[in-house]
Amino acid sequence: MSVYILSFVLFLVGLYGVITRRNLIKIVISLSIMEFSIFMILVLVGYIDNGLAPIVDPASGGQIYVDPLPQAMVLTAIVIGLATTSMLMAIAIRLYRKYKTFDIRELKNLRG
Amino acid sequence: MEGMSIIVKKVSQLLAGLIFVYGIYIILHGHLTPGGGFAGGAIIAGAFILLILANGSSALNLKKEISGSSNTESLAILMVVVLAMMSLAFGVKVFFSNFLPKGEPGELLSAGVIPLYNIFIGIEVAGAILTIFLALVIFKEESSK
Amino acid sequence: MEAMIPLFVAIPLISAFLIVLLSKLINGFHKIFAPFSLLALLFMAVYIFTNLDNTSMTYAMGGWGLLNDLPIGIFLVLDGFSILMLGIINIIGFIALFYSLSYISKYTAESNYYALFCLIIAGMNGVVLSGDLFNLFVFLEVSVISSYALVAFGVGKTELEASFKYQVLGGLASMLILLAIGLIYWKTKTLNIADVRNVMSGGFSRPYYIFVQVLLLTGFGLKAAIIPFHAWLPDAHSSAPSPISAMLSGVLIKAVGIYVLIRLFFNMFEFTHEIAVVFTVLGTISMVIGSLVALVQWDVKRLLAYSSISQMGYIVMAFGMGMILLIKGDNEPAAILAIGGGIYHMINHSVFKGLLFLNAGALEYRLDTRDLKQMGGLSKAMPVTSSTSLMASMSISGLPPFNGFFSKLIIIIAAVNGKFYILAVLAIVISIITLAYFLKFQHYAFYNRTPLKSLDKIREVPFPMTSSMILLAILCLALSLLALPSVNEAVLHPAIQVLMQSDLYSITLIP
Repeated sequence: MSVYILSFVLFLVGLYGVITRRNLIKIVISLSIMEFSIFMILVLVGYIDNGLAPIVDPASGGQIYVDPLPQAMVLTAIVIGLATTSMLMAIAIRLYRKYKTFDIRELKNLRG
Repeated sequence: MEGMSIIVKKVSQLLAGLIFVYGIYIILHGHLTPGGGFAGGAIIAGAFILLILANGSSALNLKKEISGSSNTESLAILMVVVLAMMSLAFGVKVFFSNFLPKGEPGELLSAGVIPLYNIFIGIEVAGAILTIFLALVIFKEESSK
Repeated sequence: MEAMIPLFVAIPLISAFLIVLLSKLINGFHKIFAPFSLLALLFMAVYIFTNLDNTSMTYAMGGWGLLNDLPIGIFLVLDGFSILMLGIINIIGFIALFYSLSYISKYTAESNYYALFCLIIAGMNGVVLSGDLFNLFVFLEVSVISSYALVAFGVGKTELEASFKYQVLGGLASMLILLAIGLIYWKTKTLNIADVRNVMSGGFSRPYYIFVQVLLLTGFGLKAAIIPFHAWLPDAHSSAPSPISAMLSGVLIKAVGIYVLIRLFFNMFEFTHEIAVVFTVLGTISMVIGSLVALVQWDVKRLLAYSSISQMGYIVMAFGMGMILLIKGDNEPAAILAIGGGIYHMINHSVFKGLLFLNAGALEYRLDTRDLKQMGGLSKAMPVTSSTSLMASMSISGLPPFNGFFSKLIIIIAAVNGKFYILAVLAIVISIITLAYFLKFQHYAFYNRTPLKSLDKIREVPFPMTSSMILLAILCLALSLLALPSVNEAVLHPAIQVLMQSDLYSITLIP
């Protein structure tokens, strides 16, 4: 049970970072932390006590394997996370070039 | 971007080939062991990134490389979709069907089209990660000017 | 005909990557290839629509069908509701792309624009067709990631800032959705929407599923910009290039937001009274606040974006009322009216909001400004833009004989029949406020005395832009035919059927 609580705490750490940090790059890092806490919950969903890695060996039958589907889901979600993070980084670097700062308080063209 | 010291250059040159071959191994054994296209592709891209970081490169060279890697990436993902469409033509008329002979489980040459998908996805991921890396480096180079 | 379903995703994907590859070799390849591939999709959607006689079709990817009546593969499902959405997506997509042919030529890296446009279409088609929760999530991410890139396409200060805001909130939404999908998988051990329904109907622990429902409502509510979650929409939709604003406001928030919410809450969960009330209240709040904020905007596209929030409020409110009436179960005709009105307004809104954003794009194309105070007297100089935007404005503020009038009328009749008198009055009042801010738009943009010095130098926009605006204006008029009972029966009835009998979706997939 404590593992689930720890990954939830990690989620909250990420959320705290997104809300309080002023630096664009730190916001991106906090988002990644949140993402990975959710991946951990997803992997834990498929875990079975004393289960083996889900590589079916025809020679030894009757083994208990962990659920491979959440692992596949997490792998796909990591790919998506890679795309989002790189997109955010690209935008952050472009913003730096325009404003010469990473401080989010300086970005105030859009209000209301 | 400037290169690093001679020690780093030499070691990275020695290591890069090893990492590259390991990536290929992960891709080719994707249907037998953990790993597959994405993991192997990321490792292969890692080999290239290591070389670029250690040796440094001028912005002009980077631009040449980025067009090559993005072309490779598009071509590979196109091949994946074409493979998926090919199964419409062969055998059962469904998308993504496994139309090649399956072979013995556990052999290297088995599982029909899945190794083919793994190979193309590996190329695609390697190309994509390299493209992203190069694009970010070029952005940074241009903004530090 | 089943074999055509995966092509809705495959064709735009192939064209996106072909465009990236070949536009370097062949000059102008992207300008020819992209419209044709979208036109092919449009014809396929129309063909399926005319031949789909009140049934649904399923397609098992890779031939992985049912095993002992349990789905083991990924299914694509096409029924009365999703074919309507497919039609909207591909019509608006084609018209916006045709409009871009001349609009986008002022930007660099044109071929990337067309590739991303094809990707956004592929993602939305996938979301609408997918019968599997995780697959739906992947397609959703494909479409929203390409929309992040397209919002920032102008690489100015405002575009980048809007895109960053959009991405942070969008990323948060995606995480909540992923968490909800994981939690659903934990309890039901399946991801197929129909199968989840079957497993859940065997009994479930209420607090757990209410938690999941709230997560999904927050996640997709963020994507659909219902009011407490709307902060990104005015920035993102007003900063994007105009054809993309038309796509985002007209189609994307419906396909990845409202459509998925409706599909999951009607066809996957057994809806509860609490959720129905939450839907209605959120819808009403967005309807009221969105239009009140729109009233004070001076930026054309920002005004249109807030008006989108308000109109989405109408749709959500209509579906919420339908849910409440269905749970009470004593007034089925009113529930049919409410749900039908919601679907009808959804179709109408994508047409007239698409048209209005294209008009705003035409103004921006000629004047290089979005500020209403710097426009005026353009009705002579740009007759096509002026007349089509007048039609769209009348349509959105609900004047007969345009389509907006009929769909709002149906929603209001449903509210009166279902004894939601306050909501009916609010809907009428908000409709009047909508008229007010569109009169403001018309007055300041087209009829006011002009502050412009060189008015006689301003000409009408080029042919691709005018023709696509005229096409949408005709659609605005033509869609009011849907109010006729016989046409309504043929077009909207299959969709209403799917939502009214909420078991129908799971029964057709898993007998």
